[in-house]
Amino acid sequence: MYTQALNTREAAAPEDPEREARFQARIDAEEKIEPNDWMPEAYRRTLIRQIAQHAHSEIVGMLPEGNWITRAPSLKRKAALLAKVQDEGGHGLYLYAAAETLGVSREELVALLLSGKQKYSSIFNYPTLTWADIGVIGWLVDGAAIMNQIPLCRCSYGPYARAMIRICKEESFHQRQGYEIMVTLARGTPEQKAMAQDALNRWWWPALMMFGPPDGDSQHTDTAMRWRIKRFTNDELRQKFVDATVPQAHHIGLTIPDDKLTFNDTTGHWEFGAIDWAEFKNVIAGNGPCNKQRLKQRNASHDAGAWVREAALAYAEKRRRREAAGRLVAAE
Amino acid sequence: MTDKNTPLWEVFIRTRNGMAHRHVGSVHAADATMALQNARDVYTRRGEGLSVWVVRSSEITASDPSEKGMMFEPADSKIYRHPTFYDVPDDVGHM
Ligand SMILES: [Fe+2]
Ligand SMILES: [Fe+2]
Repeated sequence: MYTQALNTREAAAPEDPEREARFQARIDAEEKIEPNDWMPEAYRRTLIRQIAQHAHSEIVGMLPEGNWITRAPSLKRKAALLAKVQDEGGHGLYLYAAAETLGVSREELVALLLSGKQKYSSIFNYPTLTWADIGVIGWLVDGAAIMNQIPLCRCSYGPYARAMIRICKEESFHQRQGYEIMVTLARGTPEQKAMAQDALNRWWWPALMMFGPPDGDSQHTDTAMRWRIKRFTNDELRQKFVDATVPQAHHIGLTIPDDKLTFNDTTGHWEFGAIDWAEFKNVIAGNGPCNKQRLKQRNASHDAGAWVREAALAYAEKRRRREAAGRLVAAE
Repeated sequence: MTDKNTPLWEVFIRTRNGMAHRHVGSVHAADATMALQNARDVYTRRGEGLSVWVVRSSEITASDPSEKGMMFEPADSKIYRHPTFYDVPDDVGHM
């Protein structure tokens, strides 16, 4: 669903300044870098990690929402949620495929997620307590994802950019179905409206954290900008998101849980209160409400599917051998 | 523990009648039948395709981008292959 600024820069000495200069010139000219082109090792490593973590986020993101498929309030909502969660699985697969073009295998990437060595977006470590959470996730979490992902459609690495274009086309449905749920609840009974407000209260701040640490603390922004992997800073994207979202909340009579929130007439921006970065760091460090549960569930389904993968490979191998034997007989 | 690798397949989709198949990405599958089914589920959830091809990635032979100069030089030097190379009197009109 989303890439988070989780990537920490690896200091790598330029291995070949001349080729690196040519590489940078191509990027400056907005040329796309393709899988077999020469690229600095640090560029390759940064992209593998970013794309993989993005893919992991799509896959783990299926869990909090999948939780509500069997309990959706109507057949229409159930069909929509099922389609959305299936899309997220598809997003994960497009992204793994893009990462694999950089020379890692799918199996290695999955193992990095399952062992907890690579991260996924911290937002999915929060629980989905009520049906309104499904509305808020579509509206805010997918909404924040869209803000982050649109600039990535122009990322310098061709396969990543192409995967993002497919993903962005599908995200719009996710956000609209979520907002529609919120509209319906906000216009419903007082209890339903209270449920919508409660969900917004719990998800607002974690959604703002999705854009990553404030610009002052995020050391890897410069390199990512120079390589055109990133085009806007975390704070720029966060502000865009707040400006877009606050009127949507007000429109349906919901209150943003921030008493510092004010509209600045001069700048035309909504100014917001301080984000609790200690909470963010704590969740990233593995201590969010659901970190352990999410990884446990991913590991359990991976293990439960092992026999299917083994059987499929064994069957393909048997068929290949039979076909080869048949050809031998025919040739005699 | 890392699993045994499941083969990679490249996916090509014909989007509308009359268009050529176009590369859209890749999938993993143990055999061709499952690769086709995976490709359908992953790349055509909104009626994007009328026809799907899958090809084992290991079966593709590709040119080397670092040798693109040599590879495509024969085309660069033959400007007489383009219509603009030829002078036609203006009063003949569009040709
Ligand atoms: Fe997604
Ligand atoms: Fe989404």
